[in-house]
Amino acid sequence: MVTIGRFYVAGAAEGLALVLSESLSFWGGVALENGDIIDQSHPDVGKNVKGRVLIMPGGRGSSSSSAVLAEAIRSGVAPAAIVLSRPDAILTVGALVARSLYGRACPVVVCAIEKFATDDRVRITALDAKTAELRIARR
Amino acid sequence: MSLMLSPLDEALISGDFGPAAASAMTILAAFSEAIGASALLDISRAHVDGCLYHGEASLDFVERLARDGGRVRVATTLNVGSIDLIHPELMRLSDDDEAPRRRLMKAHEELGCIASFTCAPYQTLFRPLFGEQIAWGESNAIVFANSVIGARTNRYGDFIDLCCAMTGRAPAWGLHLSENRGGEILFRLTGFAPSLAATDALYVAIGLLVAESSDERVPVIEGLPPPRDEDQLKALGATAASAGEVGLFHAVGITPEAPTLADAYGGGPVGKVVELSPQDVTRALRRLSNAPDGSSLAAVCLGTPHFSYREWRRFLPLLRDVAPNCGVPIYVNTDRATLVTLEREDLLRGAEEYGLIVVADTCTYVTAILGRLEGVVMTNSGKWAHYAPGNIGVRVAFGELEDCLASAAAGRVVRASSW
Repeated sequence: MVTIGRFYVAGAAEGLALVLSESLSFWGGVALENGDIIDQSHPDVGKNVKGRVLIMPGGRGSSSSSAVLAEAIRSGVAPAAIVLSRPDAILTVGALVARSLYGRACPVVVCAIEKFATDDRVRITALDAKTAELRIARR
Repeated sequence: MSLMLSPLDEALISGDFGPAAASAMTILAAFSEAIGASALLDISRAHVDGCLYHGEASLDFVERLARDGGRVRVATTLNVGSIDLIHPELMRLSDDDEAPRRRLMKAHEELGCIASFTCAPYQTLFRPLFGEQIAWGESNAIVFANSVIGARTNRYGDFIDLCCAMTGRAPAWGLHLSENRGGEILFRLTGFAPSLAATDALYVAIGLLVAESSDERVPVIEGLPPPRDEDQLKALGATAASAGEVGLFHAVGITPEAPTLADAYGGGPVGKVVELSPQDVTRALRRLSNAPDGSSLAAVCLGTPHFSYREWRRFLPLLRDVAPNCGVPIYVNTDRATLVTLEREDLLRGAEEYGLIVVADTCTYVTAILGRLEGVVMTNSGKWAHYAPGNIGVRVAFGELEDCLASAAAGRVVRASSW
């Protein structure tokens, strides 16, 4: 299965999908030690985002999520990529800052997310600067 | 709708103003695109909330901009840091923890930011004017600038406030634009005595109640008694912005964009109305305290947001009148410029005998300053009461300024005020 998305932060990535039913705030929501979801009010609390293609409706909450995402990318506990159904400026800034500081890509893509299921293998490549191709392999 | 960049924006991105400005403009353009702005506009000032240390990435970001020779392009004030640089002896941090926190504050100064280190830049020489387009971080400063002054800023946060400062640009969107500044939900005080006094606690409670029901709508408040001074509006805004997402409120007959209810709504219709009663005020204030009257008192914390000169002039005579002498420390946060004025006028002489400890450049709920955390801390700040239990693990009693001082004298929480 292939779907096309729009890059807010461009880059290539590959990983297993983690589909969240609700948006997640990185600030107060993701542990910087290991990438665990720690927001007790989130339905997916206890799961881990590290190395996953994180798929959720949007971003949520405090602007401090930018710094938390950048710090997670720096320390290697961030998702491999973030796929959203609507743009989110806070996550875009966090991923962009980390890319410019550390050269580490955590692409941020916006597309329809209904096709994805948790543990699908997802490969993201750039068709051009703005256009992402997402290949989905069900396991 | 896609983002249209001006020739200046393009020149910034392509490096005509150096690599630091290019990096800032690239991030600002991506942010603007993600929020759906169609263009950027000029700003005349910025206030950057980047001096509290949250990890290496934030420090790397600022130090890289400084190393690349970056300079802010507009007058830029700085929010509080993690260290009281004026009174370093107050800090209870290890050297390893202190070093990066100092570096973060210094790196911002290297970018040409003004070493104000205050959450209340509107109390400094750098206060904006009505209608001015600015890019401010720090939730209480944002709501004050928009509501009490009538300047225009969105709620800027991590990295983006500094990117606006480095470029002098901000997305033409949200509260920068007149069409988004009209009221969207009305809070009407009803059932209060005609003699309702404008107490500090009333303003804090209204802030909390407005935050509860506003979500992202612009609240309009009708029926507030005229405030004693703008410090009460500061308390209302700071509480609303910490308990909710309020970036602008209108108080009918009080704030500059709301001489009348119709003005507050910018000519639009009044939709949803929420009635606020005296019982609501009592309930809101109870929620700010998780310690009962009579609890043993560990400290009093005032000045969140930073005490203004006017608040000092109100507080110091009260302190000398009450003359607490049972060893309860009274911490008061303020900005370094106000502190210079107080010292020049010799207003603080002898106040340490009553337990006064002045804190500058930072705030008692964001860093390691408080000595004894066992027992209850009393405050007159809705913002401090909201954040401190989670941030530094204390129990809080909220009360009027007069109650805070009476409690310091008694060594336990006593509240005489009417709510």
